[in-house]
Amino acid sequence: MPFKPVILWTDALIYLLLAVTVAYGVYAARHEHLRWPWRQVRRNPLAMAALVVLVAYVVVGLADSIHFRMRLDGSQTGVHGTIYSPQVLSALDLLCTPLRTHVEQTYSAPFALHAFTPQLVRRPDGSHVLEYPRLRFAGAGLETPADRARDIAVRSLQAAVESLMLWAAVVGAIAYWQVRQPGESARAVFARMRRGQTDTPWRAMLASLGVVILIIAAVANLGAEYHILGTDQVGQDVLFEAIKSIRTGLLIGTLTTLVMLPFALVMGVMAGYFGGRVDDVIQYIYTTLSSIPSVLLIVAGILSLDLYMANHATSFDNIAQRQDVRLLSLCIILGVTTWTGLCRLLRGETMKLRDMDYIQAAIALGVRSRRIMTRHIIPNVMHIVLINVVLNFSGLVLAEAVLSYIGVGVDPSMNSWGNMINGARMEMARDPVVWWALAAAFLFMFTLVLAANLFADAVRDAFDPRMRK
Amino acid sequence: MIAYIFRRILYAIPILIGVNLLTFALFFFVNSPDDMARFHLGLKRVTPQAIAVWKAEHGYDRPLFYNAVAPGVEKLTQTIFYQRSVKLFVFDFGRSDDGRDIGYDISQRMWPSLAIALPTFVVGLAVYISISLMMVFFRATYLDTGGVVLAVVMMSVSMLFYVIGGQYLFSKVLRLVPISGYDTGLSAIKFVILPIAVGVISGIGSGVRLYRTFFLEESSKEYVRTARAKGLSEIRVLFSHVLKNAMIPILTGVVVVIPSLFIGSLILESFFGIPGLGSYTIDAIRSQDFGIVHAMVFLGSVLYIVGLILTDISYTLVDPRVRLG
Repeated sequence: MPFKPVILWTDALIYLLLAVTVAYGVYAARHEHLRWPWRQVRRNPLAMAALVVLVAYVVVGLADSIHFRMRLDGSQTGVHGTIYSPQVLSALDLLCTPLRTHVEQTYSAPFALHAFTPQLVRRPDGSHVLEYPRLRFAGAGLETPADRARDIAVRSLQAAVESLMLWAAVVGAIAYWQVRQPGESARAVFARMRRGQTDTPWRAMLASLGVVILIIAAVANLGAEYHILGTDQVGQDVLFEAIKSIRTGLLIGTLTTLVMLPFALVMGVMAGYFGGRVDDVIQYIYTTLSSIPSVLLIVAGILSLDLYMANHATSFDNIAQRQDVRLLSLCIILGVTTWTGLCRLLRGETMKLRDMDYIQAAIALGVRSRRIMTRHIIPNVMHIVLINVVLNFSGLVLAEAVLSYIGVGVDPSMNSWGNMINGARMEMARDPVVWWALAAAFLFMFTLVLAANLFADAVRDAFDPRMRK
Repeated sequence: MIAYIFRRILYAIPILIGVNLLTFALFFFVNSPDDMARFHLGLKRVTPQAIAVWKAEHGYDRPLFYNAVAPGVEKLTQTIFYQRSVKLFVFDFGRSDDGRDIGYDISQRMWPSLAIALPTFVVGLAVYISISLMMVFFRATYLDTGGVVLAVVMMSVSMLFYVIGGQYLFSKVLRLVPISGYDTGLSAIKFVILPIAVGVISGIGSGVRLYRTFFLEESSKEYVRTARAKGLSEIRVLFSHVLKNAMIPILTGVVVVIPSLFIGSLILESFFGIPGLGSYTIDAIRSQDFGIVHAMVFLGSVLYIVGLILTDISYTLVDPRVRLG
């Protein structure tokens, strides 16, 4: 095999999460009471436009969660048998190969051809002169630097044409697929879509899809030749870093809730259902946990993890492994601080359900407690879980940045928006200002969080019974 | 009410013991005191003697929970748990790992923290309530819709960007206030004004949105319609009816944090170089000082529990129907 798959803990969990989401989708599609609120969400143009953006992020995150080690060429290493590179790559790394490998010396501005900082260069006649050296990769195909503006214009136009063609193809396919009545032409469907008269808000979705396609095409056309968002201190392409950070942000936002969900669900429902001693113990546990300021609990947890990893350095020799353990621990610790709120909500809801006639009837008929909880209570509190998961997501993505900034976030060597902002702190003090790393982190994070907030609002409005009119 | 408060304080004791056990477990079950010593002494080439000396100096040379060799009661008191945790209950914080008196440090650093956190809290509350009341006044107009959109956009921006943007604009470009630092007395004002502004602005999005839903929920109730029907002005309705009755949900979230204002804000303080408790904690994290982190966790939980009790008391003040018993 030319490569050897590497399955990191977080990879396994994110694909498990994907499977759970798909299973839920299938389940929800078969049950009218779940299909109804989702139909509400589907009719909301803003939420569906946000969903397109979210899906784009998720696809990038999933591509970045397929890890492997490439086989090294036997003739180069001089060792018999197959050996694999110690470097763990992901599918996304391969897709973004020019971005990943075009590493310059140090800072360079977006679309620059020359380095940002002057360097002492030795002239052929022996004298030294301070000049801005030409970048190694940016604009390597240009004959003279003066061609840059024309080249950028040509490539942008190319990106625009390509994306327009792809987008038109998608629009056409959807219009064709949406032909409902026999005899209605795809053109008529398209006209309805354009006027926003379709049940599913295709106009909003296709508009946001168009923007996504345009950005991807621009990155593909311009990214190979220029550093669209500049390079950072070690010459790494900032755009690539921001793209790689998507996985970290998504994982923190989703895994955190997933990791502690079973505890919150089981304990909340048990406390509400059994009451008495069980309730006392569970209430004690979550009151204790929630009384610790969450930042301090995270700090204490990460601090002892750091110490453990420092003392057991040999078990974490692989950098990808170390980053992975740190990320997963951060998710678990963040989960410990956030599950108490959900547990409290579930306990309250279960107490309300417990007094309902259908539960009382089940108890009177002698149905076992476990069966009542799994069959009658849990399905009826799931909307609370769902609302909680989607509402927590954006807060967690933002929390990652803050935690990485104060030094208790993800591994400092890992790509994350928090680490990018942290690195940009010093850059803002420079003159002239190095603004692009900060801008990139801001753009990527803001888009994800805004899309998540808009989508979460729609989900909450559709599922929260109090919001229904 | 006195009896109720007394009972709540009694309930707090097992919770605080739980908090201590948890922090203790986090620190000492994953890593032994030997690991800690090795970490502080620099991991490589550390002699057992050096470890023993470090442990003795910092009080980690006792057994964790039970001292079999000590006589009588000292079997329980001559342990790390007793020395490090039980003393916290009488607010004896002991010494940090680099030998400073934590109690003294806290009493000194509390004031800069309060100088930031208290105005941020008060101004923030006033701003969020006024803006959201205004949005309710103009409800179902473009002003309201625009406000909601702006709130969602503002809450999607990380607080870090407000800090960096504020520092860049007001300190570097306009040179109105210093970038960071702190001073005693009145000259502190020019140092605290930017952190306070950033603290308030970064919370506007979520604050306004939350309070707007409270006010909207209240203003759709029957008694508000009656008030309007009898001819009260909309301003009067909002201020003397809606605002008063929306105080209960507002208080639930607000009073809890009042005692915790002492702890200060980790991000604001460390970004603006304010020598408060927040930056104290961050410094402790960076130097891996368990003594200080442990003390701050304990203090934080005590203040949170005080906040919960205050919340209950505040209900009786705004709603005469609530009785504590």
